[in-house]
Amino acid sequence: MLYSDKVMDHFLNPRNLGTIEDADGVGEVGNAKCGDIMKIYLKIDNDIITDVKFNTFGCGSAIASSSMATEMIKGKSVSEALSLTNKAVTEALDGLPPQKIHCSVLAEEAVQAAIADYRTRNGLPVDDIPSCNGCCSGCSHEHDHHHHIDDEE
Amino acid sequence: MNRIYADNAATTKMSRHATEVMLDVMENTYANPSSLHTPGQLAAVKLAESRQKIASILNCEPREIIFTSGGSEADNQAILSAAVIGEKKKKKHIISTKFEHHAVLHTLKKLEKQGFEVTYLDVHSNGIVRVEELEAAIRPDTILVTVMYANNEIGTIQPIRAIGEVCRKHEVLFHTDAVQAAGHLPLDVQADNIDMLSLSAHKFHGPKGVGALYARKGIAISTLIEGGAQERNRRAGTENLPAIVAMAAALEDAVANMEENNKYVSSLRDKLINGLSSIPHSTLTGDRENRLPGCASFCFEGIEGEALLLLLDQKGVCGSSGSACTSGSLDPSHVLLSIGLPHEVAHGSLRLTLCPENTPEEMDVIIQAVTDVVAYLRSISPVWNDLQKGKKEYVIQ
Repeated sequence: MLYSDKVMDHFLNPRNLGTIEDADGVGEVGNAKCGDIMKIYLKIDNDIITDVKFNTFGCGSAIASSSMATEMIKGKSVSEALSLTNKAVTEALDGLPPQKIHCSVLAEEAVQAAIADYRTRNGLPVDDIPSCNGCCSGCSHEHDHHHHIDDEE
Repeated sequence: MNRIYADNAATTKMSRHATEVMLDVMENTYANPSSLHTPGQLAAVKLAESRQKIASILNCEPREIIFTSGGSEADNQAILSAAVIGEKKKKKHIISTKFEHHAVLHTLKKLEKQGFEVTYLDVHSNGIVRVEELEAAIRPDTILVTVMYANNEIGTIQPIRAIGEVCRKHEVLFHTDAVQAAGHLPLDVQADNIDMLSLSAHKFHGPKGVGALYARKGIAISTLIEGGAQERNRRAGTENLPAIVAMAAALEDAVANMEENNKYVSSLRDKLINGLSSIPHSTLTGDRENRLPGCASFCFEGIEGEALLLLLDQKGVCGSSGSACTSGSLDPSHVLLSIGLPHEVAHGSLRLTLCPENTPEEMDVIIQAVTDVVAYLRSISPVWNDLQKGKKEYVIQ
């Protein structure tokens, strides 16, 4: 099978699905042209992520990665959430196919983008948050990643 | 779970008749058709009979049929043979379309690296090549025109007879990849002025791993595989007799029942198209009229095709998609892009392809399943949310 049971579980029964109207931070990454957009909403109270929701346009692994990422940061401090890596998301999902690793990268970046939005709104520094927003073009990080996918084919 | 198989353009289930004749040849006619002993000669007779059957369906001579491992090999051999002829005549221009199968496109890319020039004709929003544009593209150094008979993703049927006429008039070789057409549409290489034609057995309820190339006599066919003198020195290797006999049987059955099957299958297709068209912001891809009897292909705005396929699979519906995530690359299908769909819409594609074993009741189940899954995926899609809130403009009205 293409996906692990964990991926299928999070795809078929996504955790934290939805939106938060009065979110303290919202992050959207990806690009419809590339077929993946993730949007993460955070409620933050006293530096703790008290609630998190997501919406995703994308494939099964994109939905599963967003679900897993939200589960991994819920109840954590902002700095803990910032340290979430795509590798940790992938491992928690019992792995992703090589051509789907970029979905976990998007999940990591969506969390960072939402936290950056929260900090900006509150006049807090964002210089420790990577600026890459996971778009398909105009960003060397993702660009390198795409070549990597081509090489694997 | 009751599964509904609606992916017959990918491959078909073998017919009982094809399976039976294949087993019979495996058990009873296993000798090598090249052997001199009686069992060998009986195998040679079966081979000749199969060749005769396929030739008479295509309206050509048996010697003009070369058995291959499938459609891809036939496409490769036809195009590379034309290139060798072109090289000798100093004609290194080929005309094709933007939405051919990769067996054709990748062979053409290889030839471009070897100094050939290829014109890829536009197929417009309806997915049909225009004959006047094709004729205008013909140059003194054009050696080959290769245009598929019917497209594998959107099912559009090309004006093959008119293209054949133009090619004959300008003395250009004409190859057609008829993999999706054979067994589904009436083929006549004489009436259509076709010089080379590729077909594949597993698209018409025959076995996988076998196909044929028709090549008009007089066209020098180059070998892809060197070895013995099988197939009149044009394709080495002991003939895959069980598969060849089964292919001939499957094609004969398909042609014998074509009218009846097409009437039935296109009624199922139309039911499906009508039902799915009522999903808002969806569009049928490819021409409504000139399309294969079994092909319903759609795009749904605001969702991604792989997620759609996986959720349909959970409901027992087997289809396919041209989204990037199903292709292993980041771009959606070149076919959907060739008909002018933007990337974000092409990602939300679904192809359902039917056969005579499908039923009207199954169409009802599919329509309900697709409607539900599209609605769910839209409910969790930030793209759809933006469209609904007017932050973005719908591409599909």
